[in-house]
This record gives sequence, C-alpha cells and structure tokens, in this order.
Amino acid sequence: MANTILAILEQREGKLKKSSFETASVAAKIAKNLNLTVVVVAIGNDISNLEEVSNYGVSNVTHFKNNVLSNYSSSAYTKIITEYAKEISADYLITANTSFGKDLAPRVGIKLNAGCLVDCVKLDVQNNEVIATRPIYAGKALMETKLNSNIKLFTIRPNVFKPEENKVEYNLTTKNVDNPDTSTIVSEFKKAEGKLDVAEADIIVSGGRGLKSAEEFKLIEELADALGAAVGASRAVVDAGWRPHREQVGQTGKTVSPSLYVACGISGAIQHLAGMSSSKYIVAINKDKDAPIFGVADYGINGDVFEILPKLTEAIKLLD
Amino acid sequence: MKIAVCVSHVPDTATKINIAATGNEIDQTGVTYIINPYDEFAVEEALRTKEKEGGDTQVVVISVGNDANKETIRKALAMGVDSGILLKTENKMDSFGIAKALSEEIKSQGCELVFMGKQSVDFDNQIIPQMTSALLDYSCVSVVVEFKLEGQNITCEREIEGGKEVVSTKLPCIISAQKGLNEPRYASLKGIMAAKKKTIEEKPAVETENQTEIIGLKKPPAKAHGRILGTDSSAVPELVRLLREEAKVI
Ligand SMILES: Cc1cc2nc3c(=O)[nH]c(=O)nc-3n(C[C@H](O)[C@H](O)[C@H](O)COP(=O)(O)OP(=O)(O)OC[C@H]3O[C@@H](n4cnc5c(N)ncnc54)[C@H](O)[C@@H]3O)c2cc1C
Repeated sequence: MANTILAILEQREGKLKKSSFETASVAAKIAKNLNLTVVVVAIGNDISNLEEVSNYGVSNVTHFKNNVLSNYSSSAYTKIITEYAKEISADYLITANTSFGKDLAPRVGIKLNAGCLVDCVKLDVQNNEVIATRPIYAGKALMETKLNSNIKLFTIRPNVFKPEENKVEYNLTTKNVDNPDTSTIVSEFKKAEGKLDVAEADIIVSGGRGLKSAEEFKLIEELADALGAAVGASRAVVDAGWRPHREQVGQTGKTVSPSLYVACGISGAIQHLAGMSSSKYIVAINKDKDAPIFGVADYGINGDVFEILPKLTEAIKLLD
Repeated sequence: MKIAVCVSHVPDTATKINIAATGNEIDQTGVTYIINPYDEFAVEEALRTKEKEGGDTQVVVISVGNDANKETIRKALAMGVDSGILLKTENKMDSFGIAKALSEEIKSQGCELVFMGKQSVDFDNQIIPQMTSALLDYSCVSVVVEFKLEGQNITCEREIEGGKEVVSTKLPCIISAQKGLNEPRYASLKGIMAAKKKTIEEKPAVETENQTEIIGLKKPPAKAHGRILGTDSSAVPELVRLLREEAKVI
C-alpha cells in the first residue's frame, strides 16, 4: 500500500479558512512527487464549505464531528488527530502555520514521535525526501532543513503557497466524536474591532512615528479602507499607545508576507524589516531619503506623509 | 507551589545575521546575546503569580545551553526569581531535544505551572512550550496575553488572527507568553546584587537525538534597489500606475 500524507484543515465559525486550501494543494503536490495517498481531516461541527477542498486535488475527506468541537480544544483535537494518524498509518502530516496550526502541530508531533518543521516557505522533494526552507532570525536568514524521524510533520506559512485548482471527486466520511476530551477548550472568541488582521491580509498599510499622533493615523486607516487593506504599525507607535499590539509588524510583532506592504513614516529598523521584508511588493513613503526602509522598497516617495497620503487615497478611490 | 520559567539566550534583535563559513550556522563575530524578549514576559508573569499566591511559592528559572546562558539566567534572578538551573550541553539541540531536557527537569522539580516565552527569536519555531506540555501530559495555552489562576483553574486569553480566544484549562499547565501579557519589571540594583549571590545549579541536560537536520543556511535574496518616484504627491499617479500595471497588486 502506498504511504499516506494527512492534511489537517482548519475551520473557524463553521467555515474552512483560505489557508486550508493551501494545505490541501501542497499535500496533493507532495503526494504526487512521493507517490502518497492524501487523506484530509477536519474537526468541528457543520463546515459549510468543506466540499470546496476537492477543488484543490484532494478527494478523501474525514470530518470529525461534535458540536462542542466547533471551538478549538487543544486537548480534544490533539487526541483525535493523533489517533486518526495512527489508524491510517500516516507517514507525513501537514497543516498551515496559523495560530491554530502552530498550537496543534507540535503536540501531535510529540504524541506521534514525529519531527516537526514549522513555518516552511518552500517544500521540495529531492531523492524521495522533503527538503524544507524556513526563515530564521525573523527572516534575516533562510534555513534548508529536513527531518530524520520516521513520521514527518510540516506546517506551511500562510499566503506563500498558491493553491492550485484541480477539481477531483469528493468522498466525505463523517465520524461522530463521543465524549471528546475538552479539558482545555476555547469558550469564547473575542473579535477585534479592526476589520482585517495583518497576519491574514493581502495588502497592509502600516504607519510609524512619522504620523506624529494617534489621531493622524486616520490617514493610514483611510488609505487601508480604500485598498481593502489591514492596518499595521511599527513598534514605536504601539509602545506609544497609538495602536494595539496586534497590529505590530516586526521581530516582536507579526511576520507578514502580503502582496503589497505600504510603509508610511516608518524608518525601517532591522526589527521592523525582519517582519515585512518578504512582502511581494513594498512601497515606502518617508521624508528622510536615507531611511533604511528605502533599501527594501520597490517603489518609494521621498516626501511628507501628510501631503502624500490624502492624494494617494483619493487616487485609489478613483480606480475601478 | 513551585513555578518554573524557561528562558533562552538569543542574539540581540539589532544584530545583523551573517552565515558562518561552515554554511550551517551563523557567524558569531560581533553577535551579542540577550534574554529572549518574550521570556521577559514569562518571568514577569511567574513573579506576579508568586506574589499573588504568596505562602511558600517559589520560582525557578531553567535554561538549556552552555555557560553563556548564565547571563540570561542571572537576568531572571535579578528580576526576582528565587533560583536558577542550567541544563548544560555543548550540542546543538533542536526544539524537540530542548523540550525533552526541559520536561525532565520540570518533572523532577515537581513544577505544576510553567511559563515560557511564546517563541525564541533565533529559530522562531514557536513549538517548545507545546512540545514540552505534550511530553509531560500537561495542558498548555500558547500566545497568552491574559492569565488568571484560581485554585486549579486557569482562564487565559490567547491572541489569534482577528481577535482573542478565551481558553479555560487546569493545572498542571504550561503558558507561553506573548507581548501584552504584562509590562516586565526592571531589575532593581538590590535585585542585581542579590542575583550575584544566588547560585546557579548546573547539571547535564538529558540528551536526545535530534529529529531535524540542518542542510544549510543562506541569506535571503537581496532585493533589487527600488525606485524613488518623486518627493511629493505629484508622484502619486506614477505610483498607482506601477502598482496596477507592473506589480499588478491593486
Ligand atoms: C527587542 C526589540 C524588538 C523590537 N521589535 C520591533 C518590532 O517587532 N517591530 C518594530 O517595528 N520595531 C521593533 N523594534 C523597534 C525598532 O528598533 C524601532 O525603534 C522602531 O521600528 C521604530 O519605529 P518607527 O519607524 O515608527 O519610528 P522611527 O524610527 O522614529 O521612524 C520614524 C520615521 O518617520 C519618518 N518621518 C517623520 N515625519 C515624517 C513625515 N511627515 N513624512 C514622512 N516621513 C516622516 C522619519 O524620517 C523616520 O524615518 C524592536 C526593538 C527592540 C530593541
């Protein structure tokens, strides 16, 4: 029998997250290269868009169902995944490096005696082995690495692997879970007021100390609104209390790789660059022509944010 | 109760990282080390919990590494931690190895509550707290920004995409600390003096075979130098055009 790769999906509020399609698609690709069977697993109550996963080259879906499991429970989820991986003798496991995947994967790794390589930005198959590339030192270096354990677990950085469409048959197996171990469980989700989270956004508009005050940050918010982007911030601005910590980008904030990152009034300290320099396109607006942010920017305007931002927002709003 | 706090010794975040000639580690020239920034939140929360619990509650700091780690252990002692343990090794352990060494020590110390930083800012794995808990069969809540202990019951808030999860669990437990959990105290002069007198117990770390193998390190590809399009808003139309037609991101 062929070896197996188990792809772990993530649902939130009854819907698969976009990163789950990335997981499925990468699993399908590795399976093709290593001649593996893919099994996909999701845990939760009703999952409205579960079938969509079959658009990304994976057919066999197992849904562990119980209404208390609509919220994440590290104890229950670890047990279910571990037992299922043993049952199907999974040789590889893969999931997304989201808050969920980061929390769950290492626990499953220990229970299965599987090595873990997390936050991978590249997975290549060479001589029947998976070679992973992952950023270290907040992206100041890249490490090529592999696992020597029998069972191997990988988590992939969200937004890096493009899901490849490949519609296949959909075979769903639903298993009801009796008496899940909910000794550790999420009882409530407190949504943040902001619309989009920097970790999940495709476009981020970030502001730094150059914005001068919390009030002036509305210039950042307006541009973000016009672009459908998330608002980000430098640590200087978070420490000053102008913005909440969850918006901080950088070595002690979030590491992001959106397709577009607009840095306004941010100098580009090494700790900030570490969190955003892997963005696909970077725009910098700064009045200091020597600001290090220009060193990583694709396009820059060397001028005053208060003069430029309103005009930029206006121009974006005029686009169709 | 005995509380453990685990700390790692990492390159200063302002350090420029270069690759050593061997190709599979960083060049140590000019690299200064600090206590992992997230571990300061862990130390602070351990101390606050001790102050709240009172009685004979003790906090012990544990670090896996070599003699250099003593500096980081001393930093925690200066903040007010009672005693320190260095689990000594000259080997380069992976996260699994470190989790294994920590779990053995936590077990032998009988600590039922453990604080760690959510990640070490060197390898950025963010997995040791969860791994250690799985090895010990402890509960674990990661990326915590609010922590409350009442008897055996723990309620935490953990930061996730787009908000916070309220998590309930019980002791024994490992908490991984995120920025926002607290404001770490500065070590007082008295604390620094007292830390010099505290002994750091040294013992060999339990060694395990690494599960991961480093093939090589490299610098990320350097970005081609960008274009400065102008010095005021007259450059906006060109910027919008490039974003649309060249970058195709808007
Ligand atoms: C342990 C540690 C961890 C850290 N982690 C992080 C992290 O995760 N994220 C992070 O961001 N930082 C982090 N830092 C802090 C970092 O070193 C910088 O202090 C911080 O990023 C600076 O923020 P800033 O760019 O907003 O401010 P500044 O460096 O003060 O830069 C402000 C910029 O605005 C420009 N400016 C001013 N007025 C205008 C105007 N009218 N128009 C246009 N431009 C203008 C200036 O030219 C300047 O370049 C960390 C530091 C340490 C020690």
